[in-house]
Amino acid sequence: MIELEGLTKRYGDKVAVNNLTFAVRPGIVTGFLGPNGAGKSTTMRMMLGLDRPTAGDVRIDGQHYDQLKDPLKYIGALLDAKAMHGGRSAFNHLLCLAQSNGIPNSRVHEVLDTVGLTAVAKKKAKGFSLGMGQRLGIAGALLGDPRILMFDEPVNGLDPEGIHWIRNLMKSLAAQGRTVFVSSHLMSEMALTADHLVVIGQGRLLADTSMADFIQQNSRSYVRIRTPHRERLLDVLHQAGVTVVESGNGTLEVDGGKSEQIGELAAQHQLVLHELSPQQASLEEAFMQLTAESVEYHAHSDAPPSLPVAPAEQRQGWGDGWKKD
Amino acid sequence: MAATQVIRSEWTKIRSVASTVWTLSLALVVTIGLGMLISALSKNQFNDMSEKDKLSFDPTFISFAGMSLGQLAMIVFGVLVVSNEYSTGMIRTSLAAVPQRGTFLFGKIAVATGLCLVVGLVTSFVTFFLGQAMLGSHRAEIGDSGVLRAVIGGGLYMTLIAMFSMGVASMLRSPMLSLGILMPFFFLISNILGNVSATKKIGQYLPDQAGSKIMQVVTPVDDSAPYGPWGGFGIMALWVAAALIGAYVLLKRRDA
Repeated sequence: MIELEGLTKRYGDKVAVNNLTFAVRPGIVTGFLGPNGAGKSTTMRMMLGLDRPTAGDVRIDGQHYDQLKDPLKYIGALLDAKAMHGGRSAFNHLLCLAQSNGIPNSRVHEVLDTVGLTAVAKKKAKGFSLGMGQRLGIAGALLGDPRILMFDEPVNGLDPEGIHWIRNLMKSLAAQGRTVFVSSHLMSEMALTADHLVVIGQGRLLADTSMADFIQQNSRSYVRIRTPHRERLLDVLHQAGVTVVESGNGTLEVDGGKSEQIGELAAQHQLVLHELSPQQASLEEAFMQLTAESVEYHAHSDAPPSLPVAPAEQRQGWGDGWKKD
Repeated sequence: MAATQVIRSEWTKIRSVASTVWTLSLALVVTIGLGMLISALSKNQFNDMSEKDKLSFDPTFISFAGMSLGQLAMIVFGVLVVSNEYSTGMIRTSLAAVPQRGTFLFGKIAVATGLCLVVGLVTSFVTFFLGQAMLGSHRAEIGDSGVLRAVIGGGLYMTLIAMFSMGVASMLRSPMLSLGILMPFFFLISNILGNVSATKKIGQYLPDQAGSKIMQVVTPVDDSAPYGPWGGFGIMALWVAAALIGAYVLLKRRDA
C-alpha cells in the first residue's frame, strides 16, 4: 500500500507535481498514466525518498521511505534501466544491492534466473541491450522479495517478446497479492495490464478509477449512418426522439443509439441505408481527450488527428491546448 | 540499516570496477618510480650542492618526491569512487537501497579511505626503502629520529588527499568538473601560491602544502611555516573535514 497525501513538487515557480492524493492498493496492477512531462517520474522519485516533496507526504505501508529498515524488502523499483554502473557485472550490481539490505547472496542467483540473465551474470552491464538492461533493473526490484513493486515506463524500447514478458510478470506479481504500480504514457499498454488507473496531467490528478469504470465512462459508443435519403431519415429519427449529429462527409451519428432501433425505423419508412454501424471510441482517444488540456509538449501538426465527435461543449481537438500556454 | 551492511555493499562496489585497480596501481607505481629516479639524481648531484643545501638535505623527503605526481592518481581515485554514482545514474538505485544518506556517504567514504590507507602505507614504505637504496651513502635509516613518522605520514597524506577529493566530488557530482578543479589546484595553483614569496603566507595553509610537512624530517633553512609536521597534518585534516561536512550537508538536502 502506497499513500500519497497532497504531494507537491515545485521547481522554482514551475509546479511539476500538484497536490496529488491517491492510494495504490495491493493485489492489483495500478497504472499511472500521463503524457510525457506530466510528473510521473518526479512522483515516483518522491515515493522512493529520492526527491524531497515541496509539500505533502508519501507513506509506504504507513511509514516514510527513509524510516524503512532494509527498504528493498518492502518496495522494489525500476526507475531507469540505465541507473547502474556499466563497468560492473550484472551479478556484482545485484550483489552490492543485496548486501546493503542484508539479503542473502543466494537470492541474487534466484532473481537472475527469474529474469533469464543467468548466462550473462558475469558480463559487464554496459554490453547489455536495452531489453537486458531492463531485465537487470527488474531483477534489482525483485531482489528483496518486496510486497510493493514500482516500474517506471518498463516497456519503453522493448521488443514484443520483452513487452509480453513484462506484462505477464506484472500480472503474476499482482496475483500473488503484491502492490504493483506501473507508469506509462500509452493508454493501449495500460488497457492490457492495469486493473486500476491513476491519470495525471501537468502534475494534477485527472482520474483515479478502476479500469472498467474508465472504459465505461470514456469510451463513447455511437451509431454511424450513411443514407441517400438524408432529410427523410433525419425527420423520422427526430419524430422518434432520437438525437442525430451530422459529422460531415455525409454521415450521421447517433450517440449511444441502438443500431437495431434505427434499422427498424428506417425499414418501416422504406429508407435505404448504405451504412449502419455501431462504433466505439478507443481508450487512446479517451485518454487524449482527458489530457488534451494538460499536454505540456505538443507537436505542431497542420491537421490534428480527427476525433470522434464528442458532445459539442466537450469537443476538443488534440493540440488545442498548446495555444493556451 | 546496519552500517556493516553498507560497508559490505560498498566494498563490493569498489572491488568490482576497473577504475579502482588502475588508479591505485598508478598511484603506487608513479610515486615509487619517480621517487627512485629523483633519489638517484640527488645522490649524483649531492657533491655539487651548496653548503646550505647540504645542511638541509632531507633524504626521507627526497624519496617522497614522486608523491607530487602520484597524488594525482589518488585524486582521480577519490573523484571516481564518488562521482561514478552520479555519472552512471547508479546514485538513484543506491539511495533507494540505502535512504539514510549519511550512512550511505560515510559508509562509502570509509571503505574507500580504508583501501587508500593500505595502498598509501604500502606505497610510502616501499618508496622510502627503494629511495634510500638509490641515495646510497646519503640515505636515512627508518630508525632515525622522525623518519618513521614521516614514512607513516606519507601514507596518511595520500589517504587524506583521496578523502578530500571524495568530499569535493560529492559536492560537485560531475567527475569532469571535479577533476578539472582538483588537478590544476594540486598540481599548479597550490605550488605557485606556495613558492611565490608574496603568496606563501596563504599558500602554506593549503591542504597539500600543510599536509606534506609530515613527510619532512629535516626542516628547510628558509622554512617559515608556523606549524610542525603534525600541525600541518592537522590543517590538512581540517580541509578534509570541511569537504566531508559540505558533502554530507549537500547530499542530505539535494534531490538525487
